Amino acid sequence: MILSPIDMTALAARLASLDEVAGRSLWADARARFMRNRAAVGGLIALVLITLFALTGELIAPWSYEEIDWAVMGKAAELGAPAMANGHYFGVDDLGRDMLARTAQGTRISLLVGIIGALISVVVGTLYGAIAGYVGGRTDQIMMRIVDILLAIPFMFVIILLLVMFGRSLFMLFLGIGLLSWLSMARIVRGQTLTLKGREFIEAARASGVPAPIIILRHIIPNLLGIVAVYATLLIPEMIVTESFISFLGLGVQEPLTSLGRLISEGAGTMRYGTIWQLAFPLFFFVATMFAFFFVGDGLRDALDPKDR
Amino acid sequence: MLSFIFKRVMVAIPTLLILIILSFLLMHAAPGGPFTQEKALPPEVLANLNAKYGLDQPLWRQMLSYVWGIVAHFDFGPSFIYKDRTVNEIIAQGFPVTLTYGAIGFVLAVVGGVGLGIAAAVYQNSAADYLAVGIAIGAQVLPNFVLAPILVLVFTLWLGWLPGGGWEGGAWPYVIMPVIALGTSYMASIARIMRSSMLEVLTSNHIRTARAKGLPEYKVIMRHAFKPALVPVLSYLGPAFVAMITGSVVVDMYFSTGGIGKAFVDSALNRDYAVMMGVTLLVGFLTILFNLIVDILYAWIDPKIRY
Repeated sequence: MILSPIDMTALAARLASLDEVAGRSLWADARARFMRNRAAVGGLIALVLITLFALTGELIAPWSYEEIDWAVMGKAAELGAPAMANGHYFGVDDLGRDMLARTAQGTRISLLVGIIGALISVVVGTLYGAIAGYVGGRTDQIMMRIVDILLAIPFMFVIILLLVMFGRSLFMLFLGIGLLSWLSMARIVRGQTLTLKGREFIEAARASGVPAPIIILRHIIPNLLGIVAVYATLLIPEMIVTESFISFLGLGVQEPLTSLGRLISEGAGTMRYGTIWQLAFPLFFFVATMFAFFFVGDGLRDALDPKDR
Repeated sequence: MLSFIFKRVMVAIPTLLILIILSFLLMHAAPGGPFTQEKALPPEVLANLNAKYGLDQPLWRQMLSYVWGIVAHFDFGPSFIYKDRTVNEIIAQGFPVTLTYGAIGFVLAVVGGVGLGIAAAVYQNSAADYLAVGIAIGAQVLPNFVLAPILVLVFTLWLGWLPGGGWEGGAWPYVIMPVIALGTSYMASIARIMRSSMLEVLTSNHIRTARAKGLPEYKVIMRHAFKPALVPVLSYLGPAFVAMITGSVVVDMYFSTGGIGKAFVDSALNRDYAVMMGVTLLVGFLTILFNLIVDILYAWIDPKIRY
């Protein structure tokens, strides 16, 4: 088709008068996709609410999490049921401590463990995987072989071992979970780095003399962030489960501090005596948190990594 | 194939050795010796005890004899708390129980998960599909330590159908709930993996060919789609097996089945390092062995895969 010169000048005039169209970044696209996913948005709202509860629950409760209400102590089954009158909105636990405050406090610990575990895995795993993948060759082989070997160690047992030997503290718990969490992240990141490495923009960077550490930090890692974000949200519930599992066994955080796993374990131990609320409230918050993270992770995966189904 | 197996074994052995040495060093780094008590022992008694358990030797010698005991005789040494029992005896007591419900749970998880996954993929968007996806999501948010109390609440306290705990030599009413608590979430994961890999395989060319030449649908699935679809499931079996052993800790705690998990938790609470090490190493050994088997199966099912 041949365009007449008049059409061309008209077109040029039209183009000149048009405003520049705002570009849509990958992240804006992803946000739009995420917001269209109802389950994911619901999960996100639930997460915000749960976090709010974890942060403010103790302020709402008239009792602190370690305070024993002597009036109901020992009669938890008869007097300790959830009630407005005595200020125990979620009831009391076996020792007469307020369940609302304890649940809020336990939820906070669980969320904290999940987020810190995921953070450690993001930082360590991403760097490790990106370095192994980018450098390649023998370094890569040795680094990944180390990961293989560490993955073969039964980590739940090692964490418990660490906790027993060096004292049950939050720090030890974080350390143990951090030790465990970065391994699979490193594997995933390495795989992604290998596919990125051959791309033109990396080649261009290398040709113009950018040193390797800068390439990894400036060009490789930003391009990995999508998959890392997805995987991190899937890791958080895994970390929470790990911590709750250890606490369920009575080997996690120490009294009077508590966590959801510990509360579930205590509630499960006393449910035969008709104090079902001691199990129900922590269980509800645990399951709600898990569901929320599950749907948010799922939504993020759809939003950031449309290829993966 | 043989050289591949050989290579995998050559990786497995150093892994095991590293595990043993690491755990030994960890045991020694722990503050307080095994005989540290609230009331301090007289120095002569302590010296005698240390001599009896070989703790007066230099570290490398202790390590060597510990490693050698495990490698040569499968001997984990004496318990530090129960003076008259060895770690081997404690493990031998609990292991058969764990193996019983663990094996049943594992087989059910694999068979049920694969079956459910195939059904969900073949009848996509049907009731079976929704059931499979529903179970998969449900099981993901209900780990074994959450499921166990719920099971007891429903089947023991409300319905009164099953005993809430105990083992009784493995009588079936005592086995049901441990197996469900242990296996459900892995069944769900396997179903999810099987479903998506089956869906993918069903769109591939060789399936279209099989259908085009007029094979009945069940033959297409069993003969041509089943094996390739199984590959991702296989790679999940290693981690699932490990997780089930770990889960046995919860089962033993919650249902008082008296398996190896109980020995582990008891030793953790008593600071009986020797038993803890023994159980950890046994689990590590099983993990490595199982990963090896899965790797070999992997190479057998999919000849394209070689590391």
